[in-house]
Parts: sequence; C-alpha cells; structure tokens
Amino acid sequence: MEPVLAILVGLLVATSVYLMLARNVLRFLFGLVLLSNAANMTIFAAGRQTSTAPPLVPPGLEGPVAEVANALPQALILTAIVIGFGLLSFALVLVFRGYQTLGTLDSDAMRTAEPLEVPSETRSEPS
Amino acid sequence: MTASVVPADGDGSGVGRDRRRPGDGLAWLVALLPAALTLYFATLLPAVAAGESLRFAAAWVPSLGIGLTFLVDGLSLTFALLISGIGAFVTLYASLYLAGNPQLGRFMLTLQLFMVAMLGLVLADNVITLFVFWELTTLASFFLVGFDHDSPKARRAALQALLLTGAGGLALLAGLILLGSIAGSFELTEILTRGELIREHALYLPIFILLLLGAFTKSAQVPFHFWLPNAMAAPTPVSAYLHSATMVKAGIYLLARLHPAFSGTDAWIWSLTLFGAATALFAAVVALRQTDLKMALAYTTVMALGTLTMFLGAEATVAVAAAITFLIVHSFYKASLFLVVGILDRQLGTRDVDHLGGLARAMPITTAAAAAAAFSMAGFPPFLGFIGKELKYEGALAIASEPLLVAGAAVLANALMVAVAGIVAFRPFFGRARATPKTPSEAPLRLWIGPAVLASLGLLFGLAPSLIADSLVQPAVAAILGRPESIKLALWHGINLPLLLSLLTFALGLAIYAGHGALRRALATAETRLPTNADRAWDGLMDGIKRLAAWQTRLLQGGLLRRYLFTVFASFALLVGATLLITAALPAALTWPDLLFKHWVVVALIAAGAVTTARARSRLVAVCALGVVGVGIAMLFVMFGAPDVAITQLLVETLVVVLVAVAMLRLPGLEQGRRAAAGRHLDALLAGSVGLVVALLVLAVVETPMDNRVTAYFEQTSVPEAFGRNIVNVILVDFRALDTFGEVAVVAVAALGAYALLRGTLRRRSP
Amino acid sequence: MSSLILGAATRLLVALMLLFSIYMLLRGHNEPGGGFIGGLIASIGFVLYAIAQGTETARRALRLEPATIAMAGLGIALFSGLVAALAGAEPFTGQWWFIGGDAESKGLPLSTVLLFDIGVYLVVVGSVLTLVFTLEESV
Repeated sequence: MEPVLAILVGLLVATSVYLMLARNVLRFLFGLVLLSNAANMTIFAAGRQTSTAPPLVPPGLEGPVAEVANALPQALILTAIVIGFGLLSFALVLVFRGYQTLGTLDSDAMRTAEPLEVPSETRSEPS
Repeated sequence: MTASVVPADGDGSGVGRDRRRPGDGLAWLVALLPAALTLYFATLLPAVAAGESLRFAAAWVPSLGIGLTFLVDGLSLTFALLISGIGAFVTLYASLYLAGNPQLGRFMLTLQLFMVAMLGLVLADNVITLFVFWELTTLASFFLVGFDHDSPKARRAALQALLLTGAGGLALLAGLILLGSIAGSFELTEILTRGELIREHALYLPIFILLLLGAFTKSAQVPFHFWLPNAMAAPTPVSAYLHSATMVKAGIYLLARLHPAFSGTDAWIWSLTLFGAATALFAAVVALRQTDLKMALAYTTVMALGTLTMFLGAEATVAVAAAITFLIVHSFYKASLFLVVGILDRQLGTRDVDHLGGLARAMPITTAAAAAAAFSMAGFPPFLGFIGKELKYEGALAIASEPLLVAGAAVLANALMVAVAGIVAFRPFFGRARATPKTPSEAPLRLWIGPAVLASLGLLFGLAPSLIADSLVQPAVAAILGRPESIKLALWHGINLPLLLSLLTFALGLAIYAGHGALRRALATAETRLPTNADRAWDGLMDGIKRLAAWQTRLLQGGLLRRYLFTVFASFALLVGATLLITAALPAALTWPDLLFKHWVVVALIAAGAVTTARARSRLVAVCALGVVGVGIAMLFVMFGAPDVAITQLLVETLVVVLVAVAMLRLPGLEQGRRAAAGRHLDALLAGSVGLVVALLVLAVVETPMDNRVTAYFEQTSVPEAFGRNIVNVILVDFRALDTFGEVAVVAVAALGAYALLRGTLRRRSP
Repeated sequence: MSSLILGAATRLLVALMLLFSIYMLLRGHNEPGGGFIGGLIASIGFVLYAIAQGTETARRALRLEPATIAMAGLGIALFSGLVAALAGAEPFTGQWWFIGGDAESKGLPLSTVLLFDIGVYLVVVGSVLTLVFTLEESV
C-alpha cells in the first residue's frame, strides 16, 4: 500500500501547491486543506500498513492477539486533524475579516502592511 | 532631556548637573567590593610566588566539556590584582566624579559587572568560559562607552566598539573551538602542555589567525585601532579603567596565555613583531598630533599595546619580562594620568592642552600625582618606568630575529612617549597660567587619592623592584614561557647598551617636546591630505552593509504573498530533490502491493477530488471536491484499521463544509485575481515538481527499516498499566497526554483568536 | 432558516446526538471514541440546532458562553494532569482508583484519564461552537 500512498501524497501536495500559489486567498485556503490531508497521509504511510485490524485489545486480554495497525501514527493524525481544523477555521475567519476590511480576496491587492510605492530613500534610512 | 548642561565636549560626566538622590552619597561604598577582592588576591601571592598554580573547578556544561574552571598562576594573578586594585580606585573616583548624575546607580553596576567579567576572563581555565567572559567585557564596554546615550557621538563609538570587538570575539570563538578540538580538551592547563602537537597541526595557521583577530581587535592593533580613541566618548573613569588599564589588555593577556602553545613559529614571531611595531609607531606619531589630553592619552595607550604585542612575539626571557613589567608600569601611570585629566576636566571645564597652564600652584596634589605618573611614563629613574624601559631595550637587543627593528621601534616609541608625557603632565601644570572656564582649585580627596596612590606605586616599585619581581613578574614570566624562570629587577645595571639607548631616548624625546608645536601643525596638515582613514573606512563599510540590506530586502521581500510562497516551494523542491539525488536515497524498485478493487476506487476518488479542487472555477464545485477528498481519506483510514481517525476525519469534514458555507455567503467567487495563463503554467510546473519530490521522499521514507519499539511498548502496556483497550485513545489521554494538552490548547487559542477578530468588527459597527 | 420539519426534528436529533456524544466519550478508553470524537459529535449537534433555530436559541440552550466552556475544559485537563504531580508521579501520568472492588471485579474505575478526556471534550465543544457561532453571527 505504501507506494500508492506515496504517489497519492505527491498528487495532493501538487494540487495544494498549485492552489496556494493562486492570488485568490480562498483558493489558498483550499490548498491548505489539501496540504493538511497530505501531511496526515504522510504520517500514516510512515507508520506502514502492516495490518487492517484496528489497534484494540480484546476484552480480558493483556495485549492484542494478532498483529494490529500501528497505533502511534493514528494518535498523531487524530490530533493533527483537530488542529488542522483549528488552523483552517482561523485562516477562514482571517480571510473573511480581511475581505470585510479590504474589500478584496486578491492577495496582490492586500498591501496595507507593505505598500507598493515605497521610495527607496526612506527604506535605506540609517538607524 | 537636559542636553544643554552637558559640557561642550561632554563625556556625560554630569558636570553642572546636580540632581543628587538619597543614597548617591553612599556610592563610594561600592568600592569596597573591588577593595575586598584585591585583598583576597593579595593573600594568594605567597603561594603563587612559590611557583604554585591554584585551580578552582565547578561543572557547568559537562556534556560539552565546558566547566567553570579557574586558574590562578603568576600571569592571571598579576592581571587580577591590577583589575581589582585599579578597580577600587576608579570606583571610588567615579562615585564623586559622576555624583549628581541621575544614572549613577546604573553606571556603578555596569562598572562592577565589567570588573567581574574581566576577572573571569583572566582567571578562566576553560577557553569557552574565557570566551563568555570576553564577550561580557565587550558588552559592559558597550554600555559604558554609550553611557552618555543622549550624545550621537557616544552612541556611534559604543556601537563601533561593540561591532568590531564583537566580530573579533566571534573569530576568537571559532579559533578556540578548533583549538579545543585538536588539543582534545578545552582546559588551558591541558592545551598548554600540547604545544608541540598544536604547532605541527595542519590547522595551526587558521586557528592562529582567528585568535589573532580576536586579540588584535580587542587590543586595538593596527588596522583595528580606531575604535579605542573613539571610545574616549565614555566618562573618564571608564577610559582610565577599561580603555587603558584593563580591558584593552585582554588581547595581550590572550597572547601571553597562549604563548607556551603557539609561540616560536615564524607566523607568531613575524605577525606579532610587525603588527606590534606598526601599531606602536603609528600611534606614537598620531598621539603627538592631539590637543585633547584624553585623545593624546588614548593614542599612547594604543602605542603601549603595540609595544606589548611586539615583545610577546619574542622567545627571549628578558623580552617577556620586559613585556610584563611594562604592562604593570603602564597600568599604573596610564590610569593615574587619565584620572588626572578627568580632574582637570571637572575642576576647570576643559581638557584642551592649549588652554591649560600654570596649575601647579592651585592644584599641588594633582600636580604631584601627574608628575610622578609622567616620570614613570617617560622612564626616568628612579621610577618603575625606568626599569621597564631598560628591560625593553635589553629585551629588544636579545631578540634573535630582528633586534634592530624592535630596538629602533622601541627607542622611537619611547622618545615620543617622553614628549607626550611632557605635553600631558608638564605643560598644564607649569609655565604661564591660562584662562580656563572655571577657576582652578584642588580636587577633593576621593578624586586625587586614586592617581596619587597609583603614581606613588610607580615610584615605590621603582625604588624597591624586588617587591614585584619575585611575587608577580617572575611567576608571570614563568607562566608565559611555560618554564620556571628567575627574574631580577634592578634600577642600576651598570653602563651598557640599554643605558646608552635610554640617554638617546631622553635626548630625542626632549627634542620632540621642544619642537612639538611645529610637528603638530605639520602632522595636522599631513592628515588633511590623506584620502581616508580607518574610521571613515569603517563608516563606508557600515553604509555598504545597510545598502546591501536594503537591496536584498527589496529583492526578496517585495510584499507579494505568492512570490514568497513561490520562493519557499522552489527552494524546498530544489534542496530536498538535490539531497535525495546526492544521497541516493531513492528506492531502486517499487514493490507494488496487491490491492483490492475497492482500494483502487477510493484512491481514484481522492485523486479526482484533488484535481477537481485545483481546476474548479466555482466555489461550490471546489467545496464538494474537497469533501470528496476528505471522505475518501476517511474511507482509507477505515480500510486500514484506523476507526478513530476515520470518525474524526468525517466529523471534521462536516464542520469544515458548514464553516466554509457560512463564510461564503458573504464572500465573492473564485474569479477575483485570476492568474494569467503563463503564470498558471509556471505555477503548475512548480507544483508538479514539489509533488514529485514529496512523493519520492515518502517512497524513500517507507523503504527505510521500520523501528516499531514505541508502538510495541504501547501495545504491551496499554491494558496492564493504563487500563484501556483502545490503544489510540490511551496514547492520547495517558501516554502522550501532555502533547494532547498542548494540542487542545492550540485549538482553544485558534477559536479565541477568531472570536477576537470577528467581535472586533461587531463592536466597531454598533457601538 | 425556519422550517417546521427541521425545527421539530432537530430537537429530538440534537438530544440524541448529545447523548451519543457522551456515550462515545465514556467508551473511548476501550472502544473507538474518546474526547475528540465525542466533542465533535456534540458540537455538530449544536451547530445543527443553530442552523435550524438560529444562534440566539442555540446559545440560550447552551446556557454558557462557548469560550467559557473551552477554557473550563482546558482548566479541567490541566488539573487532571497536575493531580499526578500532587500524587508524586510525573505530571499527566494517569491516576486510577477502583471503588468497591473485590476478588471478582475491579469495581468502579475512576481515573484522572477520564477527567482529562472530559476536558478535551469540553475544549473541542467550546472551541468549535465559538468559531461557528461568531462566524454565523457576523455574516
């Protein structure tokens, strides 16, 4: 399974990079979602797919009987998904708020912090 | 800010300000600290004189071989006594000199910090510890030079000293680390026994150059000399203490300390002799040119440092003895002369030699102290300076490689020193009285006691040289040369070549003094003809760095998000791709798994969803395609034994769709800011490359052997120790609970951040 | 959004989802489930309620400010970790007490681990609802 996952991760990264390079910040957000998914899949692939049995211990036993799926990457991915959700929501709110203030979704036009027309003289001012 | 009450050539001395605060009157009590330290070090004298070296050790970073280890031998004890002893007098002096300055407390604290750092530097046995203290002295110097921070001149001087000595400090660190790695130890006591190994090592020359950069910047050798005269912007007690008696000798200390391990090679002999001689001669000439007493003294300090470097280049015992004796002499007379200049500045309101004269009547004690110090400086018998000078000539003649060069430089430098001594300590006090901004009056005790005692010591040790010969000079020389030595100091050596050279020096010095008015004018004219000097070259360098910074900021930080991202992704693809190629981490052949049809369907679904998202022109299509990707991944998790993750993924997908849908009610479509076709193709090319590199990276990762120990541990202990059968959940809430806690905290903070962003809007709209 | 069917159905549905979320939370230590999953289910329940009845009603049903719930959850999780430190173990080591145990069964298990999971549950509910409610109210 791992080689297939690797190629899938590559595809997800490629589409997310393409989206993140866009000027429209909404597309950037979509890229962010795909990138989180790609990262989770990478962790999953790195943990290997040795078994399809969930990592549960049957009742009354001290440990899993047969080989079970790797539990550690699952725990990492689980929190990563929730954190990814937090990040995405914050970014979404930021974009939303930015649109309310600036009236645009074009990142090229969002230049309040770094205005385009900066005279080079004021920049090289000695400290 | 009350800049107007600072004297015209102000050094922040606080003359004219009187904003005394309660407690300032007790500032002299601070001097008890250095005084107590001096007494403590004095108790170590008998042991060191007997040839012992004492070692104190405490672990610090044992894993890196760095310890707080201290070594007291002749060399470090000589320095320690000078630092704490002069420190006591300077602190006492400063408590009155800066009285009324609102920053007196800060000044006193920084001064003591410097003293402790300097003591640490000379006593450290571990070279990394030495470096840390070295940098602390640089920092303390920065704060002290920039003490009068209202003055742009002081700020510039402070920054210049910091950058220059700081850069030298970095070179020093690199050199010390290399030295430690080839010597196999960071302890000086170990390193110094491996001189043979070090001198024959292939890295000897690079290490030596790095160490020299550190020593030469700190000790103001040409061409790094210019920061020291500029540092005279500091209050005079600082100039007396840091910039003549102690800190600037740190480089000299380093050279002396490493003498047993590094000396004797051609590189050592030639670089120290030539740079030292050049520094001494250059500074002596420039010193004549000055009218400001403080600047004249600053350049004679540079000259003294050059002389010391020159003599440390030698192997001969007498040359090293000359260096140590001169070091002690110089500290005594130079500190007292600086303090005298401070007295003149404070009592008379000027320190310009052309405006001073005939002060002996009004200021008898100051005059006596200045005269004693000047005699020592000029090298008249029976002062210690005479012994130092005789030793220098003897040492110069004993240097095998270039006796004529060293002796010639020494005679010329000393002759100029005689002249400068006359200018600094004779002209202001004798001859015609001149009008000064304030009426001359004798200084209070706390001001004159320092110079008086230090100058008297020059006389005392001159009359009874055995007082320091056995206890300080002999053990110090033994430490520098790394072998036991027997040194005898005496005023009268009989009629010999050094004595004749001394007579020549006096004659030459008096001649220069007599004609120095004309000489000064000639030098001033010559100076204006020079195309540039080191100080202006420094400004050019700084401007160049600023222009470079501005240029690269404009180039790299144009303010376009997608350009930053393009750079980041392109660098990632190039660097990771190149690493994969170079390390040949790519798997040779893929082993294709036998997947079921349902697996292929899900994989195809995810791929189609991702591609559709990237190509979508409508928001609805994009969100749906994203949902397909998310659900597809959840299905993969189900198929490969991760039910918890799959459930979480599905639930989060649901919430994402809700959130995006809500937000989109008020957002425009995806068409805004659409890229041109050419840009899209370039982006697609980059995206494809990044994807390819990542795919190869993951392939390489899954080809490496799996280390399953952590998971195995979790599987074995989940039930017996944590009483849970769902291993994933047990990891989350028990084994790695601290991680989970951090993660939920991040989620909560993200929510609060979003809340703050949005609520800010609401409130402003409807107050 | 006012739909009679949706409005009537959500009351029942939301109650069921909240019940189910607590079930998932409690069984999480032994079966798939846990604080994250339970918290997400509960939040979706309330989001559904907010969509059907409006955020005002949903907020009233919740009684507490969602941000307060999130902070309380964070505090509970932190407290459960500190209990171990007070008991002399490394912070965040699970501490267990078995109430009424005998030879047959271990008795009722109580643990700081469950407390921690409850904290996680509350943080997730509070954070998600903070996000959704404020975004919905500002649109």
